[in-house]
Amino acid sequence: MPTSPAVEIIPTTQRSLNKKKFHVAPYVLILPAIIMLLVAMGYPLVWQIWASFQHFGLAQQFGAPPDFVGFENYVAVFTSTQTWAVVARSLAFCLVNAILTVLIGVGIALLMNAVNKAIRLILQIAMLLAWAMPVVAAVTVWIWVFDWRRGIINYLFGLGTHNWLGTSLSLYFVATVIVVWMSVPFVAFSVYAGLTQVSEEVMEAAQLDGASGIARFFEIIVPMIRPVLMIVILLQVIWDLRVFTQIRMLQDAQTPLNSDLLGTFIYRLGVGSGDFSMASALSIFVLIITVLFSIAYVIQLVKEDS
Amino acid sequence: MSTQTPTKRFRIRPSRIIAGFAAIVVALIWVFPVYWMISSSLLPNVVLTSTTPRFFPYGGSFDNYGSVLSAGMKDGQWWTSNFMRAMGVSLSVTLISVFFALLFAFLAALAISRFKFRGRKSFVLAILFIQMLPAEGLFIAQYKMMSSLGEATHGLIGLNSIIGVSILYIAAVIPFTVWMLRGFVAGVPAELEESAQVDGCTPTGAFFRITFPLLAPGLVASGVYAFLQAWNEFTIALVILQKEDMRSLPLWLRTFIQGSQARETDWGAVMAASTLVAIPVIIFFLCVQGRLTSGLVAGAVKG
Repeated sequence: MPTSPAVEIIPTTQRSLNKKKFHVAPYVLILPAIIMLLVAMGYPLVWQIWASFQHFGLAQQFGAPPDFVGFENYVAVFTSTQTWAVVARSLAFCLVNAILTVLIGVGIALLMNAVNKAIRLILQIAMLLAWAMPVVAAVTVWIWVFDWRRGIINYLFGLGTHNWLGTSLSLYFVATVIVVWMSVPFVAFSVYAGLTQVSEEVMEAAQLDGASGIARFFEIIVPMIRPVLMIVILLQVIWDLRVFTQIRMLQDAQTPLNSDLLGTFIYRLGVGSGDFSMASALSIFVLIITVLFSIAYVIQLVKEDS
Repeated sequence: MSTQTPTKRFRIRPSRIIAGFAAIVVALIWVFPVYWMISSSLLPNVVLTSTTPRFFPYGGSFDNYGSVLSAGMKDGQWWTSNFMRAMGVSLSVTLISVFFALLFAFLAALAISRFKFRGRKSFVLAILFIQMLPAEGLFIAQYKMMSSLGEATHGLIGLNSIIGVSILYIAAVIPFTVWMLRGFVAGVPAELEESAQVDGCTPTGAFFRITFPLLAPGLVASGVYAFLQAWNEFTIALVILQKEDMRSLPLWLRTFIQGSQARETDWGAVMAASTLVAIPVIIFFLCVQGRLTSGLVAGAVKG
């Protein structure tokens, strides 16, 4: 007993010596990563904050320096009914998609847990294939599935030549189908991983005590999978708020009026009409919302780290 | 007691059958679009645009793939002209991004998991928040930066430049890659390296002989993650790569869709194109799926 701590002391002191000797090393090691982040994200972020306080007009497109206008862009953006319509639509789209994704994902995780090994494997392979599909390929396929002339959906449901992309509400429906289809596998796998930790004995004991299926679900399973459920809900909300590719590509297929969500609206303002100050002000708003939503998620990850 | 067992069994069995049946139905629904993509890609457009759909690709061929891959050979058919070029752009951007993202992220992961230093915690917090930032929150500023950089560097780094878009991709994947690799580096005990040093290895030698081989799976998983991000990326590419001959594969695929509802579309060729873009991704994804999930929900699910 007394010899073993004496043996351990040597590596420990050596390690602390190493750390003292190489105290510049960690900074050298993180330097390339920091430079990349500063160049590709830090500089644009600072420019964007600066631009959101400037005015870019026609004169600036011909080379004149922009004017400092204070919070004018923010006032202009957030007093415009068009902005609020876009924000409201984005929030509604985000919530509907996040809720549907999590509900269906939990349902499928419970199914994975309930069926035998062979059927579970079939279900998991189907989920993995959907999850692996590149988003652009996925949207392309779904546009073909919903095609108004020869789409399989119109054929199967006898809808004739119903144009799914003709109105913005119907376009959101198609986008929701795509987003939910793509996001459910992640939720299902994560929640299923949580479910496998619910002990069989506890469930059986509860059943013997006469707890109904619903009671067992809400009083044993939900508390057990609560941490993973929280993370999954948070990530879905953050991811669905930024939805861009699906909306942009559906708009490309056939542009209906007023179907912009935050991402496509900023794109239209910035790249489309060159209104960088408005686009920047709105981008800052999106970044702030994202950071606020991310705080809980980051805290959870850091807790695990230390 | 003897009556309890059969009733219990009777209550469980039908629900198991229903669950099994439901699971199969769900699996079929989820796999259908993937199946439909491949099935349609094998059928000629005449069959696809007939009034009754063909649910199985009998009488199919690889002709659509031929027409997509014979890029630039035929005149007039706009949709077949760019696959190889787009593939070249995507491959260059992806390889550059994967190499540098992996290198830089690996160094940073070493720093945060092997050293205690001032600012370590702020660095970790910063990358976790940066990882959550949406491309849509920065792409206008990145577009402006690249357009002025392009003027300053005569197009070497800027809009429509491989290096320009790679820089943005490297920065975009570094945070999650650092986070993912940190777990792997921390998993290799420092004592292993130290005992090698006691046995006469130099610190560098100990690192490359002992730690590095143990990190190989982590490096592969992170590399594949970076590959998937760069290969699939759409938003930044849409803003930066605007010139027709600089399109990456996702942008090339998008040109099939543009206005597809208003004109006659060769859906067989479009689906063959989608399949070509999707197949390498699906294969790579299946290799790293497990590690990816555990990186995202770390802490909430053990093992």
